[in-house]
Amino acid sequence: MSRGGRIRLDWPLVATAFVLSLYGIAVVYSAGQTDVPTAVAHAYRQQIVWFALGLGAAYLVSRASVRLLEWGTVPAYAATIAVLVLLLFVGRGSGTAAGTKSWLVVGGVRLGQPSELAKITVVMMLAKVLAANKNAPRSLVELWKPGVIVGLPWLLIMLQPDLGTGIVFVGIFFVMLFWTGVRWELLVLLASPVVSLVLAFSTGLWGAWFLLLLALVVWYKPYVWESVFLVGANVVSGVVAPLIWNHLEPYRQARFKAFLDPSSDPLRTGYHVIQSQVAIGSGGWLGKGFTMGTQKRLAFLPEQHTDFIFSVVGEELGFVGVTVALALFGFLFYRTVRVAARASDSYSSLVAFGLLGLWFTHVMENVGMTLNLTPVTGIPLPFFSYGGSFMFSCWLAVGILARISSEGRGGSEGQIAL
Amino acid sequence: MSFHPNEVARRARIATWVLGGALGVLVTAFFRTQIIRNQEWSLRSEENRLREVPLPAPRGNIFDRTGRIIAENVVGYTVSLLPQSLDSLRATLQRVGQMVPLSKGETDAALRRYRRNPVRPTVILPDASFEEISVLEEHRIDFPNLIIQSSPKRYYPDGPAVAAFVGTVGEVSDSELAQPAYADYKPGQLIGKQGLEREYETTLRGREGSRFVEVDARGRVVREVGAREDLQPQQGQPVYTNVDLDLQEYIAHLFADSLAGGAVALDPRTGAVLALYSAPSWDPNQFVGGVSYAYYDSLLHDPRAPLYNKATQGTYPPGSTWKLATAVIGLEDSLVTMDSKMPQPCTGRYLFGNRYWQCWEPTGHGALTLGGAIEKSCDVYFYQLGLRIGLGRLIAGGLQLGFNQPSGIDLPEDNRPRFPDRLKYFDEKYGPRGWTAGATVMNMSIGQGENSQTVVDMAKFYTALAEGGIEATPQIRTMAPVRKRVFDLTPDAQAAIRSALMGVVEAGGTAASAQIKGVMLAGKTGTAQTGVFRNGVELNHAWFAGFAPADDPEIVVAVMIQFGGHGPRAARIASSIIGHYLKTTPTMLLETGG
Repeated sequence: MSRGGRIRLDWPLVATAFVLSLYGIAVVYSAGQTDVPTAVAHAYRQQIVWFALGLGAAYLVSRASVRLLEWGTVPAYAATIAVLVLLLFVGRGSGTAAGTKSWLVVGGVRLGQPSELAKITVVMMLAKVLAANKNAPRSLVELWKPGVIVGLPWLLIMLQPDLGTGIVFVGIFFVMLFWTGVRWELLVLLASPVVSLVLAFSTGLWGAWFLLLLALVVWYKPYVWESVFLVGANVVSGVVAPLIWNHLEPYRQARFKAFLDPSSDPLRTGYHVIQSQVAIGSGGWLGKGFTMGTQKRLAFLPEQHTDFIFSVVGEELGFVGVTVALALFGFLFYRTVRVAARASDSYSSLVAFGLLGLWFTHVMENVGMTLNLTPVTGIPLPFFSYGGSFMFSCWLAVGILARISSEGRGGSEGQIAL
Repeated sequence: MSFHPNEVARRARIATWVLGGALGVLVTAFFRTQIIRNQEWSLRSEENRLREVPLPAPRGNIFDRTGRIIAENVVGYTVSLLPQSLDSLRATLQRVGQMVPLSKGETDAALRRYRRNPVRPTVILPDASFEEISVLEEHRIDFPNLIIQSSPKRYYPDGPAVAAFVGTVGEVSDSELAQPAYADYKPGQLIGKQGLEREYETTLRGREGSRFVEVDARGRVVREVGAREDLQPQQGQPVYTNVDLDLQEYIAHLFADSLAGGAVALDPRTGAVLALYSAPSWDPNQFVGGVSYAYYDSLLHDPRAPLYNKATQGTYPPGSTWKLATAVIGLEDSLVTMDSKMPQPCTGRYLFGNRYWQCWEPTGHGALTLGGAIEKSCDVYFYQLGLRIGLGRLIAGGLQLGFNQPSGIDLPEDNRPRFPDRLKYFDEKYGPRGWTAGATVMNMSIGQGENSQTVVDMAKFYTALAEGGIEATPQIRTMAPVRKRVFDLTPDAQAAIRSALMGVVEAGGTAASAQIKGVMLAGKTGTAQTGVFRNGVELNHAWFAGFAPADDPEIVVAVMIQFGGHGPRAARIASSIIGHYLKTTPTMLLETGG
């Protein structure tokens, strides 16, 4: 509990985030050290400024009671939606994603990417709605409210379009449903149409998945029309969608892909991922040395300061550097789970776990992308990637977590009163 | 109760495991990429950043018999680009063209080189001048993918004088690359194109080295040295030749610009090629680093065909120089002796069938022995000798003397002469009733008809005449002589042939003008009919083949002057050649007929 404005600081959590940020700034510095003249040579200085701003914001937000946050949730969410709508009209692109509308520019000054802050307000709004439920939702129809809360900003962001951020919203949604106690069977059913879509390329795999789904439906016994809807959705995404897709002319397919993800030129995406793997793979145990990565120095590595910053870690600091970074993330996640488990109320707990979901989705997607484990979508790595809005929002999250941690109870996990 | 403490604790446990598992998957994936597959990716990384710039090997030098240089290497400069694409190459060429004028031919050649081998630096100026280098170095910053390097450049100090046998070098062509023999050549490398350069390519070539430059993702050179250790090129092996460069230069000087033809000088004892010249000549230095269109065009459109080697490629009716072959065949078969006279003395013409066959001397030579007939080059005598030998035997004898085979000289341009390989040849060519053995054998016995020899072939035959029937294969490179007995005559007959040939160049013989003071010269003129007329006069090829000193031959010379009129003209050149070689001043030339 806070005493006289001071909080009981969760040192391990904050220190981990701090170390990650320093590590990240060092790598951003290295990303600017190239043999080819680059615009990002001094990006690390800007990053330090944002880091300082983020620290300040974190300090301020940790002064505020969680109740204040809860009180401000609905206005913040409404403002978020309004800004996202506004962006569709005035948004600007940037860098490789020049065709998108994710940047808020006022009077020629780039203020930031509101979608980064939107992730936090959506987490808060979802937490508020889910915390209001006495019992965890048990059927699809009970999920309409959280669905709309995530779906609305998701739709607005997909219209920018920004597939990567869209994926993060989905990640946050599922992670928070899990934490609120929604049974895994329902989560699987909810995700099933998307799985069907992914598996649609292989009739055999999709068939197996469909049988599994039918068994799950029989076992979980959702409402009859829900069952019909789920099975129907799976059939549509698994059978009909590929048929339509195959009938599209290649240029239409290309346009659709480009719509989904303009940040990655289809012709260059494969090249980027290969160069990233070359960089990481040639790093070996200890890497080529800080700032010495040849793939980076000679500009073979694309977006070395943003999307592919982790490739620089792999190339210059090797497997050891990668493991250290992932271990730091692992510890941060562990501490965040601990904060969520010990939160004083369900709103705080859900917010904490939602922020975990945010970071986790980012880390898995971004790091996986550098090894071609996940599709290239261009989302930043928390505390590492160069970029003000995200650095700021990550430290805002640290501040919120620090506050929740200090309001939560010590001792064993699971001390939440309803 | 979704937030019952037990429930929360359970979910926190699940979450911890899932998070740990997910990060574990990532760590495993990195382990696989960075540790297990490290070598593979490291190689890819090196390939990414390093571009191999070939360092051409200096070719082996070519020396004459006294150690003088025929072909060497001098410092040249090449300018290359490391283009990313054909379009970027085009753009860069255009920009380079604003500093250093590039002809359309040079631009096209550069684009062709890139298409053939995009990995190798594309050479845009194979032989850049110092001024061009200076200009480009000044604007280096504008051309980040430009590579300027010094590279050995082939140089022939005697240029046109040695072109006929030394050949030249040039970029390996597509058709050459397609041959298995050139499997280890890469587009852009130099290769011997003609002459010794081609014949001894494997010896002269050497081994190409490599330099590695570091490039960025756009192909711009970031580091020129130290990216990786250079592989030094190895110079090719030298080739030592039998050529007497001094004699070669002298022959080139004799032919000057006005004459077309070929000359070969051999050492009859070894077959060593002392000189081999084809006129008019061309400058092999002009071909190094790419021949200019204007120069090549002028060579192609010269009616005297400079690029066609008149000593080894061109075949010409040998005319009277071949009468010695007829004589040798007749003597070997004992159909005639040196003192034999033919039934009909020469009256200037000979009646055969229903027409008269002319002797070159309209007033006739009278009754001659074989020796006298050689001396006077009497056609009437040889008509009758040919008829006595018979066509079948004459052809068989010619084949035995090697007139159907290339000379065996160590040059790629060693053409097979034209000589019937069997009697049926005539049936196939003219039809069974289209020819008569009599007329054919008469024609052939005086070196006309179905018989065209290269100059080097005739020189080779005269080595046998000089050496009592042992023929030496012409060899330019210094190596073990290849000698072969092609006819066997009694010592008396040999001596008689030799004195008859000496008679040719003594006063009264057909080549009396070729006499050399103090040295006995033995040789035979020839005037080969071509069927080409100008102003009503037939333009004949002038031949001379002979050796000296007659009693102990050290040099055999065969000279052919294309459309050069009569044999004595060739004889004068040959005598000058021999005189120069034997360091003797020729006597005053006596003009005689024939």
